[in-house]
Amino acid sequence: MSNPRDILGPQRFSQSHAAPKLIPPNASVTKRYFIRVVTGVTSLLTGMRVTIGKFFDPRTTVTQQYPENRDELKMAERFRGRVVMPHDADGEHNCTGCTLCEKACPNGSISVLNTKHASGRKILGKYIYRLDSCTLCNLCIEACPFGAIEMGTEFELATTRKEGLVEILNKKAGRL
Amino acid sequence: MEREQHIEVRPPSAGGNTEEYWLNMGPQHPATHGVLHLIVRLDGETVREVKPELGYIHRSVEKMAENLTLLQNIHLTDRLDYLSCHMNNHAVCMVAEQACDIGVPERAEYIRVIVSELQRIQSHLLWWGAFAMDIGALSAFLYGFAEREKITDIFERLCGARLTMNYFRPGGVAQDLYDGFEQDARQACSDILYALDEYQRLVTGNLIFQERTRGVGILSRDKAIGYGCSGGTARASGLDYDVRRDDPYGIYDRFSFDVPVATAGDCYARYEVRMEEMRQSVQIIEQALKDLPVGPIQAKAKPVLKIPKGLQVFRQVETARGSFAMTAIGDGTATPLRVSYRSPGFMHVAALHEMSAGFKIADLITILGSLDPVIPDIDR
Repeated sequence: MSNPRDILGPQRFSQSHAAPKLIPPNASVTKRYFIRVVTGVTSLLTGMRVTIGKFFDPRTTVTQQYPENRDELKMAERFRGRVVMPHDADGEHNCTGCTLCEKACPNGSISVLNTKHASGRKILGKYIYRLDSCTLCNLCIEACPFGAIEMGTEFELATTRKEGLVEILNKKAGRL
Repeated sequence: MEREQHIEVRPPSAGGNTEEYWLNMGPQHPATHGVLHLIVRLDGETVREVKPELGYIHRSVEKMAENLTLLQNIHLTDRLDYLSCHMNNHAVCMVAEQACDIGVPERAEYIRVIVSELQRIQSHLLWWGAFAMDIGALSAFLYGFAEREKITDIFERLCGARLTMNYFRPGGVAQDLYDGFEQDARQACSDILYALDEYQRLVTGNLIFQERTRGVGILSRDKAIGYGCSGGTARASGLDYDVRRDDPYGIYDRFSFDVPVATAGDCYARYEVRMEEMRQSVQIIEQALKDLPVGPIQAKAKPVLKIPKGLQVFRQVETARGSFAMTAIGDGTATPLRVSYRSPGFMHVAALHEMSAGFKIADLITILGSLDPVIPDIDR
């Protein structure tokens, strides 16, 4: 490929896009002054035609009335909010306590505390999730082979209590 | 006083009525685009010297990367240059792919190019709005953001996040395109082309804008090379270099696109180069959407990616601001021994003194805006 040090090429623009030089460089002072006054006003009016057009065109309205439209505001299907653990109708979840998500997490936001079932096998005791250190990077969800956790679509994550940022996701201990 | 020891003291200006003084611009100044602290030596209103002071948003990302695996590392690069996170992710993924010898499926390569170019347009739109606002055109800021929102919505539907995407993975991308992505991307492209013509009338052709930017903040080609500038800033100074064309990565060698170059080296040249880059990005997206193949999006990779002991891997990408490079040295374990990033913004801020000395303080705002600085990228 070309050596960058050897190239001092001319300006390469398609002419239709490059803006014209408004004031000729070799005009006299008086001429420059008058050209400036005229082009200043006309270029300003050209720009204002755009803004006024936007002002009266309802199609260009992009503002959302946010707190009022909370009910019909739907986030995208893949939206990454806080980590949630879906429970079925019986209140059971799919987590087996394998700690793959804990290992995948870059910031130690997840602690899987296992306990012993009466039969002696290891099951999930507490699934602790710390929203305050979570970067919502989705790596835990990708690491989980059982689909036990997913990203919620809730986006209003601000809170006034810092205790609310640490939560236990499972409602009851895991099954065998 | 300690600061003045290593600064050459110049005689006061010939006018006689002014006096030299130091002014702290930032770190809480709205025109510095973040927590950038500029120590400015002024003579009346004329800038004599600019010293950027960094460290206000230092998070030691490189040190953190030594304790994380390459896969966990990707989401940290979202937080360097947050307007080019797809391209930053691409650099990490390429390092992992080269170190661990992973191939990338065709479809994933095309998706990477499409989202990277969409992101480049998105970043330039934000820059356009912020630059115009620095000069005083407030409505331009709102229009730029409104247009950018369309691309941000595509990203939200595609990867679930609007800013810190974390979408690329070693060996592919995280999720396949959603239904209707191609239509959305085409719609966004045509909207951008329409909007660019509108911006031409609104800002580019404006006399006040031209008077404020033409001939202001000139960076010569030699100085641009000397300071290590890249991207639009270097190309506006006549340095015809683009990583996508001259050191092709991914599948960029398959697309035909122009690299806009200007020779003036002033703020207006930087503006023109970036505006033309958006048009070129639209061209690349259209070509990529036309050839988008069907197939897998992620190659099978080992669950733990280890860089072999002693291997040093260097890959660079072209972000919206310039060339971003990552070097990683492995020690045979899951975490790299050392990771180093080269961010484009740092070099541009270093060259700020070269560009702004001798101009007025109002021009300093223009020059800083034309460099498109993202502070977390400068100060990692």
